[in-house]
Amino acid sequence: MLRILVIACFIILQPYVWAVEPDFAAERRALMVEISALAKETRSETGQGVISAQVMEAMGRVPRHIFVPPEVRHHAYRNRPLPIGYSQTISQPFLVAYMTELLQVNKDSKVLEVGAGSGYQAAILGELVKEVYTIEIIKPLAERASETLKSNGYINVQVQVGDGYYGWKKHAPFDAIIVTAAASHVPPPLIQQLKRGGRMLIPLGSSFMPQHLVLVEKDMQDRVRTRELLPVQFVPLTGGH
Amino acid sequence: MLVSAGALAYVILLTRLFSIIQWHHFAYMMISLAMLGYGVSGTLLTLLRKRLLPNYGIVFALCAAASGISALGAFLIAQQLPFNPLEIFWDARQPFYLLLLYLLLAVPFLFSASCIGLTFARYGAASHRVYSFDLLGAAGGCLLALLLLFLLPPMAALRAVSLLGLAGAALAVWLFNLRPFFFLPLLAVIALIITMALPSSWTQLRMSPYKSLSQTLQVPGMHVVVERSSPLGLLTVVESSHTPFRHAPGLSLNAVQEPPRQLGIFTDGDGLSALTRFDGRLEPLAYLDQTTSALPYHLLRQPHVLVLGAGAGSGVLQALIHHVPQVEAVDIDARMVDLVRNHFANFSGDLYRRPEVTIHVAEARSFVEASNVRYDLIQVELMDTFSVSSSGLYGLSESYLYTVEGLQSYLRHLKPGGILALTRWITLPPRDLLKLAATSIAAQEREGVALPGKRLALIRGWQTGTLLIKNGEFTAGEIAEIRAFSAARSFDVEWLPGLAREESNHYNVLDQPYFYDGIQALTNTQKQDFIARYKFDIRPSSDDRPYFFHFFRWQTLPEILRLHARGGLSLLELGYPILLATLLQAMLASAVLILLPLWLGLRGESSIRAVPGRLATFSYFALVGFAFIFIEISFIQKFTLYLGHPLYAMAGVLCAILLFAGIGSRNAPLMLRWSREKGFSHAYILSAGIALMVLLNLLASTLLMQFGVGLPAIVRVVVVTTLIAPLAFLMGMPFPIGMARLDAAAPALLPWAWGVNACATVVGAVVAALLALHLGFTGVATLAILLYLSAASAFHGIVGNPKETGLLSA
Repeated sequence: MLRILVIACFIILQPYVWAVEPDFAAERRALMVEISALAKETRSETGQGVISAQVMEAMGRVPRHIFVPPEVRHHAYRNRPLPIGYSQTISQPFLVAYMTELLQVNKDSKVLEVGAGSGYQAAILGELVKEVYTIEIIKPLAERASETLKSNGYINVQVQVGDGYYGWKKHAPFDAIIVTAAASHVPPPLIQQLKRGGRMLIPLGSSFMPQHLVLVEKDMQDRVRTRELLPVQFVPLTGGH
Repeated sequence: MLVSAGALAYVILLTRLFSIIQWHHFAYMMISLAMLGYGVSGTLLTLLRKRLLPNYGIVFALCAAASGISALGAFLIAQQLPFNPLEIFWDARQPFYLLLLYLLLAVPFLFSASCIGLTFARYGAASHRVYSFDLLGAAGGCLLALLLLFLLPPMAALRAVSLLGLAGAALAVWLFNLRPFFFLPLLAVIALIITMALPSSWTQLRMSPYKSLSQTLQVPGMHVVVERSSPLGLLTVVESSHTPFRHAPGLSLNAVQEPPRQLGIFTDGDGLSALTRFDGRLEPLAYLDQTTSALPYHLLRQPHVLVLGAGAGSGVLQALIHHVPQVEAVDIDARMVDLVRNHFANFSGDLYRRPEVTIHVAEARSFVEASNVRYDLIQVELMDTFSVSSSGLYGLSESYLYTVEGLQSYLRHLKPGGILALTRWITLPPRDLLKLAATSIAAQEREGVALPGKRLALIRGWQTGTLLIKNGEFTAGEIAEIRAFSAARSFDVEWLPGLAREESNHYNVLDQPYFYDGIQALTNTQKQDFIARYKFDIRPSSDDRPYFFHFFRWQTLPEILRLHARGGLSLLELGYPILLATLLQAMLASAVLILLPLWLGLRGESSIRAVPGRLATFSYFALVGFAFIFIEISFIQKFTLYLGHPLYAMAGVLCAILLFAGIGSRNAPLMLRWSREKGFSHAYILSAGIALMVLLNLLASTLLMQFGVGLPAIVRVVVVTTLIAPLAFLMGMPFPIGMARLDAAAPALLPWAWGVNACATVVGAVVAALLALHLGFTGVATLAILLYLSAASAFHGIVGNPKETGLLSA
């Protein structure tokens, strides 16, 4: 009984008694291996590649641990969402990779993010595109994200404190927009600020309990369509329908 | 009685408090486990009986006082634990926090149960009287909790309940004339501290940071303007001085208009609905024509409208912008209506007092059942939020709104050519809307419609979908209008008479046209096969099995768990697995905390080991506990619709059962005498009587729904109470009769028997909910009959004096 209690206490107190900083680089490599394996599994089921080499490289370069608060840093390279304070979370790395892939950006793209949170997603995008503009309504979060991004050399990422509903008109139009802040509908100004042929991604649900993803596509005639996606292959019908 | 009242009131309050700070189903889980404190107390008392009984008075007073103090203390400490149920799939520490919560919350129950258990041990021969006070106290506690929740904010209600324990202790001190002298003043000081001197930082509710309200309040300029509490939920009105709410779920991607100023109204910190500013001008509200639920207004001219789930009034506003001459709206929560009608009358443009608007405070389904009016349009609004709906958290909540019988009733209240419109969130893979379609088809078939597909239409945006069911077949003109409406707003038409598969799934694209394929299958001969092979449970829900939100199927679970690391959690419907986990934990904890110590502790007691029939004793008290709670839960549900309000049903049926069972318990000796004179086995007579009464009540509940819905509320309560009374009277007897028999043979086992019975009641509540998903409430009630019959045969295995002299002489 005593032994069980000691183990239980250790698990509960683990984050507070962590004395030695773990080898984050090694952990990051392990996480990349895990994500690649998961992506392969998805490919074997769906027949489609889900995460490109460029995105994987970007994921491998960005140190996730600097974007999370110290008390959860030891979990930074686990494939799980983490709390970052102010009732917000940082998404599960596999989903971050998947969402980044869905945006189909290149090195000339200009991307808008609504809901910067920790700044991690912006950093990944910053590795891949020319300019990233990110808006965060909670001031301390925006300041923390801005500082982390700046001090780690992401000069192509700009953070603004404010309401993302109206987008960032000054830098519009955007090749891609990602809306991680909860929205009851797609703000019309964001659709207007999306380039022809551009993509907007809205993950639904909370980070701890992710729901499906809504991909909004604007064609060359300004017509807007959505695609509802799951990162996994799941056919609700079994058999011959 | 005070202690027992306090314990039950505490259960109800805890459910309420945890629903506010966490989520409803986790509240249920925590409390089910915490109630095991009852069982543990039975074990402790059995083991320590010899030491405790000689000091009955003082132990009772101490336990009563401790139950009061710990009721408040345990909750305050529980609030400080960093338990986050949403992280349970991700964080290995969370189960430990959960365990700590269980242990913490079990403490008050341990103390209150010890008071009662000890009383049984002391007055074994008069256990029928003790039990009757226990039941009467519980009945009072149930009413008291509801009353307190109407009168006080939840935390103040908790303080009041904790004072009950202290009052019980004070009464014991006075009755038993206990020493030392400072006992009473000490209790008074504690009571004063609880009432007045606790720092406010301790006694504030600490809501989970991941609830919508907590997240909203992080946004600069958001502040709470009004808070209203009732047993139905805590309503919080939030205003923003900087960032507008702009709540417009289901808005078309083509819409360009921003909603006007809004106030956010949260229920239990979630479930945002928006109170929209209305100054009499309709133009700022034009965005309401850009949602899927606006469709029926384009098919009907000058309709008489009924809006079910009026909430803060967006459905009514939507009717107004379409110039309807008359709109009636129904909402269950009087406080919500009061906020719109009175507190924010100016802001809402006196919406609920406008001449064309009539607002009713009632439960939607019951309102329709009791109404004689026929409408052109019945709009069933979105009453739950997307996050709740899509995460499966409602999986085990009963909903009579979307049952086959419910839809039949709405259809009967439509004029010829009238339309029933039901709007739901889009969940993927499709769940809600397909189940709703299946339910509506079943309802139409029962109404004698030969081709239900001809009367159905389904349109879908990226966020919401609206299903129309017409009282009559859709005309060519209407079909053209539906197509035009949808195309203009980039909504997909997923079902219409004559729609081709290629025409669906066009603007909001899924891998496959799942909705079209689903309804296609549901409207032809493949229906049963399709439902059976679908990976979610989309069988139509019924009044007997009212689990619309239950989509979980076992065969899908391994597939979902495998996809967990790849963002596949969205596929998981949490309600059912959580209930099952609760049951497993409860059973495991019962074994470890109750049975194991007893087995270890009693090994040394040769007097007890020598008692034969311990298995029969265990079976009897467990079976009686299970059967009692099965009947209680079934009939609360069975009469919910008839009584018209879940709260009335809960208060009315629960109180009637507890009250009359209490009276029955007191009169147990009468039954014994009577059966002895007649030479019958009273155990079998009792079981047969209960069986007969259960069947009568089941029949009556069906008949009442057909013939008795129009009666005034007070008459309905009297009718239900009259029906329940004889059943409950008999249900109150088996426990004290068993106790009396045990008292004569093995009094040491009395607290144990009480613990076993209490545990069975707790575990039984979870089992009843699980069984109801599969068997329906009629099935659960019928099962209770079998349990009572089995208990009767177990009774004869309990060792003891067959003449039950204890009870007869009492």
